[in-house]
Amino acid sequence: MDTFWRVLLLQDYNTRLVVIGTVLLGIAAGSVGSLLLLRKRALVGDVISHATLPGVGVAFLLMVMMGGTGRWSIGLLLGAAIAGVLAAALVLLIKRTTMLRDDAAMAIVMSAAFGLGIALLGVIQDLPNGNQAGLESIIYGKTASMVQADAIGIGIAAIIVILISAALYKEFRLLCFDDHFAGSQGWPVTTLDLALLLLGTAVTVIGLQAVGLILVLAFLIIPAAAARYWTDRLVIMMVISSLLGAASAWFGVTISALVPRMPAGAVIVLSASAIFMLSLVLGSRRGLLVRLIRARGIRHRTNRQHILRAIWECEETSGKVCRGDLLKRRRWTQREVDRLLRKARSRGEIESAHGEEVVLTETGQEAAQVVVRNHRLWELFLIRHADIAPTHVDRDADEIEHVLGVELVQELEAALGPEGSLPSSPHVLGEASP
Amino acid sequence: MMATNASSVPVVPGSEHDATAPLSIHDMTVAYHRKPVLWDVDLDVPEGQLACIIGPNGAGKSTLLKACLDLVPRISGEVQFWGESISRQRGRVAYVPQRESVDWDFPVNALDVVAMGTYRRLGWCRPVGRRQRSAAMEALERVDLADLAGRQISQLSGGQQQRVFLARALVQDADLYLMDEPFASVDASTEQAILSALRELRSQGRTVICVHHDLQTVQESFDWVVMLNMRVVAAGSIEDTFTIENLRRTYGGRLTLLDQAAMALGRAHRGEEEG
Repeated sequence: MDTFWRVLLLQDYNTRLVVIGTVLLGIAAGSVGSLLLLRKRALVGDVISHATLPGVGVAFLLMVMMGGTGRWSIGLLLGAAIAGVLAAALVLLIKRTTMLRDDAAMAIVMSAAFGLGIALLGVIQDLPNGNQAGLESIIYGKTASMVQADAIGIGIAAIIVILISAALYKEFRLLCFDDHFAGSQGWPVTTLDLALLLLGTAVTVIGLQAVGLILVLAFLIIPAAAARYWTDRLVIMMVISSLLGAASAWFGVTISALVPRMPAGAVIVLSASAIFMLSLVLGSRRGLLVRLIRARGIRHRTNRQHILRAIWECEETSGKVCRGDLLKRRRWTQREVDRLLRKARSRGEIESAHGEEVVLTETGQEAAQVVVRNHRLWELFLIRHADIAPTHVDRDADEIEHVLGVELVQELEAALGPEGSLPSSPHVLGEASP
Repeated sequence: MMATNASSVPVVPGSEHDATAPLSIHDMTVAYHRKPVLWDVDLDVPEGQLACIIGPNGAGKSTLLKACLDLVPRISGEVQFWGESISRQRGRVAYVPQRESVDWDFPVNALDVVAMGTYRRLGWCRPVGRRQRSAAMEALERVDLADLAGRQISQLSGGQQQRVFLARALVQDADLYLMDEPFASVDASTEQAILSALRELRSQGRTVICVHHDLQTVQESFDWVVMLNMRVVAAGSIEDTFTIENLRRTYGGRLTLLDQAAMALGRAHRGEEEG
C-alpha cells in the first residue's frame, strides 16, 4: 500500500518522469484524437500505427548497414514516422485511383504494412545482437524500459503537438465541419488535412514506447469518443478528451509500475475504455441515462396534457365528464385512464370524491385551459400556414404541441388571436379516429 | 449580357465573353473517374440577377458550382469572376454547400457556424473575437434565428439549418452568392424567409446563383435561368428561356407529368395576362 501511494503521488523520480511524459502524451492524443474523430479519420490512425512497424525495422537495418548498433531511438522513431505518413498517403492514393472504398483501402495497406513489419522483425532477430534490439516492445509498448531521455523527448514532442493544435484550432474546426466551404474560402484543405495527419502521426510515433502500436489508436480515439458524451462544444470536447487521456495515462503508468509484467499500454487503454463506458451511460449531454430521463419527462408531460385536454373537451361538448367518455376519446385502456386520473388527482388537478364523474379543480381548470389553448393555436397555425387539411391536424398537433415553447406560443397568439382568448377547435371534437 | 435568342441555341464556344460579369465560364469540362459530368460549359451570368440552375438529377448542377470554386478539378476550360481567376476574388464570393454535405451532429452551435464566414478575413491562427461574434449575431438576426444562436446545430430543424448556412454566407458580405439547393426540404415559411433575404441581396446589386430543383417555383422566384444537362441547354432571362421546348430538351423524357401539367398551366396563365 505504501508503494502504491509513493508511485501514484510521483515520489519516485523515474516514475515521475515517465508519468509526466505520458500524461502530456495523453493530452496531445486527446486533442488530436478529437479532431481526427470529427474528420472521420479515426481509422487512418490505425493505418499509421501499423505502418510504423516496418518503418522501425527498415530504420534498424539501415543503421546496422551503416555500421551502427541500430538502437539509436531517434532514428527508429524517424523511420516509424516516415513509414506512417507514407502509408496514409498510400491509402489516399488507392482511394483516388481505384474504385475501392476507404475501408478496403485502409485494410489492405494496414495489413500489408504489418505483415511486412513482422517479416522484417524475423530477419532482424536472426542478425547477431538482433534479439537485443527490443523492437517487439513497440508492438505492445514498454514503459518500464523508458529512460529519462525518452520521457523528456515524449514530453517535448507532446507539448509541440498540443501547441500546434491550439494555434490551428479555428482552421481545424472549419476543416472538420465543412471542408467544401473551407475550400471555397481559399483555405488549403489538402495542406490542412496533411497537417492533421502529421499531428496524428506524431502522437502515434511518440506513443509507441508508452502504449505500443496496436493500442495507440485507442489512446487517440477512445478519450475523444468519451468526451463527446459530455459536451456539445468542440473546444470543451477537446479539453475533456485531453483530461481523460491524461488521467488514463497516469493510471496506466502507475499500475504498470506497481504490478510486474503488466504492460502500461493495456492498462491505459482499459482505463480509457472504462471511462468511455461510464460516459456512454452517465454523459451529461448524450449519455443513455440523460436520454432516458428526457424521454420519460416528455412522456409524462404528454400524458398529462392528453388527459387534461380530454377532460376539458368532454366538458365542452357534453357539459359533464365520466370515465367512460374519456375512454372513448383516445385508444386508452381502462387501466391507463385510471392511472392517469390517479396521477392528476395526486397533482390536485381533479377533485376526488365524485365517483364516476370527473371534475377539474380550479388548478386543473387553469392547467387544462393552457393545454387546450396551445393545442388549438398550433392547429390554427398548421391550417393557416402549412396547408394541412383541418381533419388531419389533430393528430399532428398531438405530437408537436408538447415541444411548443413559451416563445412560440406567444408568437402564435400574436398572429392568431387576442391574448388569453381560447379559440374554438377548428375541427369537430369527438372520439378518437381509428 | 450577350443576346440569348428565343430558341436559346447553346452558346458557341469561343464566342465573346463579358469581362465584367460576376461569373463567366469558358468551355469548362469536368469529369469524375474519366466519366464526363460537365461538357464544354460556356456561360455568362450577368450582374444583379437572381439566377437558378435547373436540370435533371446527375446533370452536374452541384458540380458546376464546385468546379467554378476549384473544389473539384477541371479537365479543361476557364472560370472568371469579374474577369479574374477565383484565387484573386475569393473574398467577393460566398458559397453555400448542400445541407446534407455536412455532419449536423458536429459539436458547434449556430453562432459558431455563422462565425465561420468571418474566418477568411480573420486570417491564419487568429481566434474568433468579439467583433466576429457580433457580426455573426447580426447575420443570425437577419435570418430570424438570433434566439437560437447558442443551440447545438443538430437541435435545429432542417429549415433552420438552411438559414444558418445562409447567415454564414451573409456574414461574408460577398458580391456573388453561389448556393447549392438552398430550398431543399425546407418548410414554406423558411422558403419565404430565404427568398426575401436573396431578394434583398439582389436589390443591393449583388448576384445570386442557386442550384434549384423545384420547377414549379422557378418563375415566381428567379429572374434568370440556366438549364443544364451535362452541357448548357439554354441560359437567359426566365421569359425567353424557361419554355416547354427548352425544358423538354433539358429533361428529355424525364419531365414528369406533374411538372408538364404545371408548366402548361403556367403558360396558360401568362397567356391570359398578356392577352
